[in-house]
Amino acid sequence: MEAKLRVRRFDPESGDGVRYQSYVLEVPDYATVLDVLLQIREELDDSLALRCSCCSAICGSCAMRINGQARLACKTKAKAVAADSEEILVEPVGNMPVIKDLVADMDPFWQKARAVEPWLQPEGTPPEREYLVAHEIMRPLADIAACIMCGACVSDCSVLETELGLGKPPDQTFLGPAALAKAYRYVGDPRDAADASRLSALSRLEGIWDCTRCNICVEVCPKGVAPMDQILALRRKAIEQGYDEYLGARHTLEFEKTVRESSWL
Amino acid sequence: MAWLQRTAAAVCDKLGIELEDLSLAPCTGSGILQARDLVYADTLNASTFAMAEDMGLSLMTICSTCQGVFSQAQKRLKEKPDYLAQINQTLEEQGMKYSGNVEVKHLLWVLAEDYGLDELRNAVVRSLTGLRVAPFYGCYLVRPSAALGFDEHPERGTCLEALIEALGAEAVDFRGKTLCCGYPLVGVNDENSAAMVGTHTLEAKEKGADCMVTPCPLCHMNLDGVQPQAGEQRDTRINMPVLHLTQLIGLALGIDPPDLGFDRHAVQVKSVLEKLGL
Repeated sequence: MEAKLRVRRFDPESGDGVRYQSYVLEVPDYATVLDVLLQIREELDDSLALRCSCCSAICGSCAMRINGQARLACKTKAKAVAADSEEILVEPVGNMPVIKDLVADMDPFWQKARAVEPWLQPEGTPPEREYLVAHEIMRPLADIAACIMCGACVSDCSVLETELGLGKPPDQTFLGPAALAKAYRYVGDPRDAADASRLSALSRLEGIWDCTRCNICVEVCPKGVAPMDQILALRRKAIEQGYDEYLGARHTLEFEKTVRESSWL
Repeated sequence: MAWLQRTAAAVCDKLGIELEDLSLAPCTGSGILQARDLVYADTLNASTFAMAEDMGLSLMTICSTCQGVFSQAQKRLKEKPDYLAQINQTLEEQGMKYSGNVEVKHLLWVLAEDYGLDELRNAVVRSLTGLRVAPFYGCYLVRPSAALGFDEHPERGTCLEALIEALGAEAVDFRGKTLCCGYPLVGVNDENSAAMVGTHTLEAKEKGADCMVTPCPLCHMNLDGVQPQAGEQRDTRINMPVLHLTQLIGLALGIDPPDLGFDRHAVQVKSVLEKLGL
């Protein structure tokens, strides 16, 4: 098939601003968008910068916006996103500064992941042998742990886009779907004993109550992590454990009370 | 919001769509209740489905959020027969039972898929020719697509534009059409909520839209009601009229503007009516 790509280019060293470059090339029918980009780099333009590694939707390096939506380039067939030889628009992920072409600066992303302390914090004397956790508890957590930290959800998060649009410094913006989903992976883990400090920290500004529940992260996640559902699970836990003085929590409780009492709002 | 119920009733009456009022149907929980107590929320919605089923009718809503919440509940109840049985146990206490098979459709989908847009076009008595309308779907009518039947009905991602055109108006494409209106953040983070309103209404304005139309009363309420604050936030007057789907259809079907609730808008729709010579 003939693939037509329109790629967002940016090279800080050139002094030029952002520009869009079109490429047309013959590729196999089964080519992914990543295959096409690599073929462009091999055959047409070796100046095109992008990140990739495993080509198997495991490493999370090649998240980018394809036709305006964050996807893994290696998991997206060119044919599936280009109806009738239409041009495919390829841009770097959103909500992160661009270093060059399709390569974004993931530092703010990793800072937020670190901020939720993504490691197990058990308490008391460790058991003589391994910690035991029931399968039914671990199963859903394993689905969250399937996150490959590609940043697709952060790229398209409406709240982050809004706050960055207001000019907020990135480190003062919403923690975002990836970090919060990661946080639930530990809050939901019975071996972890840091629920209290985690839930109180996550209930504050830029935490769980700032999600606008738009479902974009659920839609774009290439691994089925459903970050928004994990944020809602954190909200449930936070209220259950008494962190209910925050506006969002109070709003939820008030809503619940009204519906339970009158079945209407 | 009862006034949108009235515009919906007026529109359906004009189109010959018979509505039966489900006056006992509870709130869908709007996704908020689901985050607090999923089983309780699903039970509430299953009771609504059971009421429709008992009447032998499919269920219609004029709200994107309700549709999304209904669809997600439907999916859970369909996929897990044990779960449906558990919920039916609670419903039985009220003398109710839900089989799991009620069709739940937003008015937009009813018109696009069942009534037919050609049929709608034939019913237009006051073509909206010349009016440029920016569609605003509302998150829950497009995401998560897996729960919303997009596999069987891919046109659900474009049917609002198709409907605008069937009414004789021109659909204005803009990026914000499937993004969040900011309503869920009202009272929790008003700054972000207003910023979302500002972004979408200004983008629609830049693209030359005369007004926006949304199939969601919550998007309607926020995009219209919070627009003055959104303007203040950016030191500008936005002035983008926002219509609910039923109001736009009502205009094309010849319903008198005073009967469409325009006096309740924060942003005047006068410019829209003037453009239509009303």
